Amino acid sequence: MSEHNYQPKSKFGKWFNDRLPLLTLANHLTDYPTPKNLNYWWTFGGILTFCLITQIITGLVLAMHYIAHADLAFSSVEHIMRDVNYGWLIRYIHANGASMFFLAVYIHIFRSLFYGSYKSPREIIWILGIMIYLLMMAAAFMGYVLPWGQMSFWGATVITNLFSAIPLIGDSITTWLWGGYSVDNPTLTRFFTLHYLIPFLILGLVVLHIWALHVPGNNNPVGIDIKKPSKDTVSFHPYIVIKDLFALLLFMILFAFFVFYSPNVLGHADNYIEANPLVTPAHIVPEWYLLPFYAILRSIPDKLMGVIAMLSAILILAALPWLDTSKVRSAVFRPLYKQFYWILVADVLILGYVGAMPAEGLYLLLARIGTAYYFLHFLVILPVLGKIEKTSPIPLSISEPILGGSLNVEPVKKLDKNFEKL
Amino acid sequence: MSDQKKLKRRDFIFTATTAVGVVGAGAVAWPLIDQMNPDASVKALATTEVDISSVQPGQTITVLWRGKPVFIKRRTQNEISEAKSVRLEELKDPQKDEERALNPEWLVMLGVCTHLGCVPLSDKGDYNGWFCPCHGSHYDTSGRIRKGPAPTNLEIPKYEFVNSNTIRIG
Repeated sequence: MSEHNYQPKSKFGKWFNDRLPLLTLANHLTDYPTPKNLNYWWTFGGILTFCLITQIITGLVLAMHYIAHADLAFSSVEHIMRDVNYGWLIRYIHANGASMFFLAVYIHIFRSLFYGSYKSPREIIWILGIMIYLLMMAAAFMGYVLPWGQMSFWGATVITNLFSAIPLIGDSITTWLWGGYSVDNPTLTRFFTLHYLIPFLILGLVVLHIWALHVPGNNNPVGIDIKKPSKDTVSFHPYIVIKDLFALLLFMILFAFFVFYSPNVLGHADNYIEANPLVTPAHIVPEWYLLPFYAILRSIPDKLMGVIAMLSAILILAALPWLDTSKVRSAVFRPLYKQFYWILVADVLILGYVGAMPAEGLYLLLARIGTAYYFLHFLVILPVLGKIEKTSPIPLSISEPILGGSLNVEPVKKLDKNFEKL
Repeated sequence: MSDQKKLKRRDFIFTATTAVGVVGAGAVAWPLIDQMNPDASVKALATTEVDISSVQPGQTITVLWRGKPVFIKRRTQNEISEAKSVRLEELKDPQKDEERALNPEWLVMLGVCTHLGCVPLSDKGDYNGWFCPCHGSHYDTSGRIRKGPAPTNLEIPKYEFVNSNTIRIG
């Protein structure tokens, strides 16, 4: 927040702004100085905001037709699909919207990992982001339970049973979560309530996430601190707004492809069978975005340790700003980290793949190696790498090396697609 | 001196107020937490009576008790002797077959895998008992865990034979 001395032009604007400085806020958001070298990986913040709003609006509409009762939920979803005007469209947008939301959030997180956006002074932004991610998983899980199909029911059973691994009080906690002795109507109604609540908690955290971002300003592909405003920055509006909108347009094409051409490809056919507490589907799998963690859970042959490993895999991310000891943010200047980064990406993809496969034989072995490497990356490789890695020279500013001031032009050249025009 | 004394009185009042506030908040929070526990209508369904007269040897029936499946298996002589012959040292959760089946012919237990709550499949797995398809736990003909991630044997609910044809669970 650099410019607090904004004055509205009109008399009414000034009168209003003196009482509630909304116009100052609007001015801050439009003039907000943004590094001029942001690439398209930086457009996913805006895309994620779009995803959240889409989920809230479509969810609100679905809640007008959905009935949260064990006997009626399944048929009310079919009612939405067949009877409600455009109900099929709204439900398919909501269901696929969850997948799109996670796709965007994973790109956003891995962008952060590559360019070191979680490092000082942006640790709080990062931790708020992890909290949002955790809430997203909770919302997605509970939302998946609401149609009360076979996968809903058994997914809910398996996930709530994770809590029974807690020594001594585990069983009381699961009974409390269920409101009974198994997943049943009381579980469904409370999941519906929480599923409705969580997006608004996420919205609140998103406001904090953006607020915390606007204190130090955006990181950038070169990962250096820049002066704001300066010739290294452009104003958020119109430059970033237009770029974000263009990226959003491309994202919406992908989104629309899923909604209109393969709306069920990311789901499971079993969820079109009504919940039956007497029959477990042969192969229970969570939604694709939770598969890497599911693989970690299953890779450990002990119930409590499996649950601990799975939770640690997520929570370890919150400690990342302190586990990564390197002072250099961007992987562009870290030749070794860059390689380990891609190994981690591959590791998570492999974990996701084996998470969808039966937990036996070669898959189990792969899951165990993948799990071990995942923790090795964060607990050993990152702390050590920061100490021993020889990083390449870092440019002094975004503009200077391009204008010929630095010895190390090449990495920056590659990043800046407009190099020739400048 | 008098200033210090005043400060101490303030400290006391401050601490006492906070303490009352915390107790009050806890008292208000408890109903909000406890409302999520099983309600009276759920608890009212605590017992189920099952007619077992038509169950043949080797057959398993599944009934619903408190929303959970209960397996009632009429075991064959082979299955009983197989369950009894297992040495306790081999077991992850050591329990004699006699402790699990009051009447050796009838095995009554929750059809809920002790790992993460799936329903195991009857007459499957490496030990001819039950096999859970979710995460691969194998149970023997006494419902004891033999292989896989589940920590304990399949749970035995409270039950009794009302007469030779009826079991009351709960």
